[in-house]
Amino acid sequence: MATTTTSRDAAAPGRPRRAVPTDRSPGRRRTLLPYLLLAPAIVLELAIHVVPMLVGAWMSLRELTQFQIRDWSTAPFVGAENYRVVLDVDSAVGAELLRSFGVTVAYTVASVGLSWVLGTTAAVLLQRPFRGRAVLRALFLTPYALPVYTAVITWSFLLQRDTGLVNHVLVDQLHLLDERPFWLIGENSFVALLVVSIWRSWPFAFLCVMAGLQNIPGELYEAAAMDGAGFWRRLRAVTLPMLRPVNLVLLLVLFLWTFNDFNTPYVLFGGSAPEQANLISLHIYRSSFKTWDFGAGSAMSVLLLLFLLLVTAGYLLLTNRRRNDA
Amino acid sequence: MAALAAATLTACGGSGSEDGTAAKTLTYWASNQGASLEADKAILQPELDKFTQQTGIKVNVEVVPWSDLLNRLLTAATSGQGPDVVNIGNTWSASLQATGALVEFDDATLAKVGGKDRFVPAALAAAGAPGKPPAAVPLYSLAYALYYNKKAFADAGVTSPPSTWEQVAEVGRKLTGGDRWGLAVEGANPSENAHHAFTFSQQYGGEWFDSAGKPTFDTPQNVTAVKRYVDLMAVDRIVNPSNAEYAQNQSVSDFANGKAAMLLWQAAGSNLKSQNMAPDAYGIAPVPFPAAPPAGGKKVNSMVAGINMAVFKHTKNRDAALEFVKFMTSDAEQVALNKTYGSLPAVATVAGDPAFAAPEQKVLQQTLATTAAPLPQVPDESTFETLVGTAIKELFADAASGRPVTEESVRQKLTRAQQQMR
Amino acid sequence: MRETAAERWARRIVLTLLALFVLVPLYVMLSSALKPLQDVQSAFTWWPRRPTTQAFVDMWSTVPLGRYLVNSLVVSTVAAVFSVTVAIFAAYAVSRYRFRGRGLFSVTVLSTQMFPGILFLLPLFLIYVNLGNATGIQLYASRTGLIITYLTFSLPFSIWMLVGYFDSIPRGLDEAAQVDGAGPLRTLFRVILPAAVPGVVAVAVYAFMTAWGEVLFASVMTDEGSRTLAVGLQGYSTQFNVYWNQVMAASLVVSVPVVAGFLALQRYFVAGLTAGAVK
Repeated sequence: MATTTTSRDAAAPGRPRRAVPTDRSPGRRRTLLPYLLLAPAIVLELAIHVVPMLVGAWMSLRELTQFQIRDWSTAPFVGAENYRVVLDVDSAVGAELLRSFGVTVAYTVASVGLSWVLGTTAAVLLQRPFRGRAVLRALFLTPYALPVYTAVITWSFLLQRDTGLVNHVLVDQLHLLDERPFWLIGENSFVALLVVSIWRSWPFAFLCVMAGLQNIPGELYEAAAMDGAGFWRRLRAVTLPMLRPVNLVLLLVLFLWTFNDFNTPYVLFGGSAPEQANLISLHIYRSSFKTWDFGAGSAMSVLLLLFLLLVTAGYLLLTNRRRNDA
Repeated sequence: MAALAAATLTACGGSGSEDGTAAKTLTYWASNQGASLEADKAILQPELDKFTQQTGIKVNVEVVPWSDLLNRLLTAATSGQGPDVVNIGNTWSASLQATGALVEFDDATLAKVGGKDRFVPAALAAAGAPGKPPAAVPLYSLAYALYYNKKAFADAGVTSPPSTWEQVAEVGRKLTGGDRWGLAVEGANPSENAHHAFTFSQQYGGEWFDSAGKPTFDTPQNVTAVKRYVDLMAVDRIVNPSNAEYAQNQSVSDFANGKAAMLLWQAAGSNLKSQNMAPDAYGIAPVPFPAAPPAGGKKVNSMVAGINMAVFKHTKNRDAALEFVKFMTSDAEQVALNKTYGSLPAVATVAGDPAFAAPEQKVLQQTLATTAAPLPQVPDESTFETLVGTAIKELFADAASGRPVTEESVRQKLTRAQQQMR
Repeated sequence: MRETAAERWARRIVLTLLALFVLVPLYVMLSSALKPLQDVQSAFTWWPRRPTTQAFVDMWSTVPLGRYLVNSLVVSTVAAVFSVTVAIFAAYAVSRYRFRGRGLFSVTVLSTQMFPGILFLLPLFLIYVNLGNATGIQLYASRTGLIITYLTFSLPFSIWMLVGYFDSIPRGLDEAAQVDGAGPLRTLFRVILPAAVPGVVAVAVYAFMTAWGEVLFASVMTDEGSRTLAVGLQGYSTQFNVYWNQVMAASLVVSVPVVAGFLALQRYFVAGLTAGAVK
């Protein structure tokens, strides 16, 4: 769809030059203009993201602990040593990282999947007008608008063993359990983290799917109804295929947010997460800031970044190819 | 666009630049010692005003919450930007000393703040690695003590506070019942756990670091010591399993609200008072010992706890900063501030002041003078607190959910913690 | 198409459960804010037995809540305004021009969304300090530094969303404007932007929310004067106690305007996403 210019008519960034008009775009005589328009964004991204990231990558090749932290020029170059240590799954450091990675993958898959299911369900059920629909829509969006800290600290209050609502309901009111379970420590902490994460992120899925649904022409449903299609059939034949473009984007965004999620476990567990809920961002934070080994911490971050880039690239390639095949 | 510019201006005006007045202004990061950040500020401000009156040096104080303090100190050390004078937890002294960012208190520098002999020796020993000039000077001194609810003891027919762990277990069982438990612990707080791990280890003849500063986490002595601590919940069952998730001083609230009859804490008095527990409702005794200490066991029942005051090398006003340290460690300020916080003075001259004659302060003073030892002053100390404290948190979680806590499981956790040090 | 009775009941049940899931924590916030501290620390009760509004009074003096609120509002608003402005220009370039490096720009911007914050927290801090020392503009421990940081956090997604939105605006409009002699910037401001209001609002809301909730950078980069709510609210957890009732009261008070604003703008948000993210 896009007409791309050839190298002949495009000026190198920052060098004004008369362009040869080749396409229908309004900038045919203003080759410099797009770069000027992009300049603020480029400068900001370079200064705040790219350069610090490169510094971070540099750190990962150094021994950088409290002894060197004051004057980084004294940090000895150790090559891939930090990577060797954090990737050695036989050592405690590597094993912890691997475990944390596994927890994060499980957490991300479950959280993104369930958030999507809840969001889609709610959006589909709110598709047709009924009394109270606007109220429900506002209510469903509220968790997204709450500050992270507020939402998560409230949940940590609900999940306390003795004084929390969750156990009060499960044990005292419904009598589903005899013994009060722990939610903030031990195995259940994973479930607790997941629930909080879903509570916070499903409204976003709801919002996006709702937006996507508005793009589906009503005639499609009418046609399906004429064919005698019931709810599930309409969902499978019309709604989900038409939502595909939204879902492609939504799932990727949710994946990136959830995988890098730091705030939720940090606030929920007060900075020291149980091993069953030790997400990778929190693990790296602890390795860097609590044990003051910024070299190893940076190496972990770089590996995390590489993983995310790979997954995202693979995802985009796969979904693009399928779209092109279709 | 005008609105945009105005907003930017407001944004830039958000926090004042110190240029110009730098010669006469210090920035001081205080730690949270009282009921809230604002309460601390209200306590400190009149004293700082006195200092300004005396010297003409202005002090901007910021009370930094404990959750942020170490990170903020680290960034200040890294960047050479930030405060001139800071409060630090005294256990961090050697860790921060290793960054080389703090002014060394050699004899000449100490002389400027009143001389080495002013300070309580035990407190000064917890201000940096042995054999080096201290990286800070003590400001508030603290020690652990056993707090017990007098009424609960009377109701259970217990006449005197326990002095051995065996008695704690026995008395605790008598006190446990209904909504009340024998003892409250802060099971999910790594620092509290690490402090107790240190004391128990000393009592059972262990050390967390050898003389070369290498970690020795999983020695048999340390395994026994940690297990003894966790067994208060796991075996003796005098601690509410819920305490395994306590990390925000809920154990103090439980004690104040009568949900627990005993508490091991540092200078809990002012906090208990703020939670409506009258000083005559509880008694204070030294932290217990094992009834039969094993070979090598030391007569230690508390760490030398406290808050130190340090000066950053990057300060442009070292003399003013030292002047301020001298002021804060002067007799008058030591009495005023430590009295407010219920802590003990870090200087010997005012130890006898009537402000510290209450039973609580007497016990703390006695402990500090005779049976307290500083945590290992090694650069890895803060890492030790994180790793060992977290290992014990996991052990408490096991105990609380009914999984057995065995010597083997304790050793495994400690070994894993040790392997993460490198 | 008619809904069967079974479908209607299924819908009602599912929506009720979802509503409860969302509502219960919100309700607990309110009911806990109305309890005295001792009751909040005791066994849970649905109703406040001794209702009091004391927490709503005390919360202002336990932490400087007012200052944090102002900081958060200023930082989030200014960051959102700048983020949108920068994103509009960038998105216009990407949407309407074919130039060398266009693909590289898009890919790089998208990938910065993946950078783990923890990786560049310390380097960025150092850059701010050194920039501050060199230029005299205080970036560390100031709102300015936070604003710059946050606006870049929301920038990638904002650009990406606006590109989608701009792409959905027919080029015929541009061309008509050009025939009338409008230059590119005039076209942007007179033709594209008015047609893209929902997209712009969506991006602004997103940028505001991103800045409003950020914890990690704020905890290291702010001091008392510039601290934002997201970290400032942690001040209710002190060396003595966690003032749960005040946490809840403060959370409610600071959230109500934001939630209200968000709900008022949600129509735009949905409309903006429709064209932006969907394409």
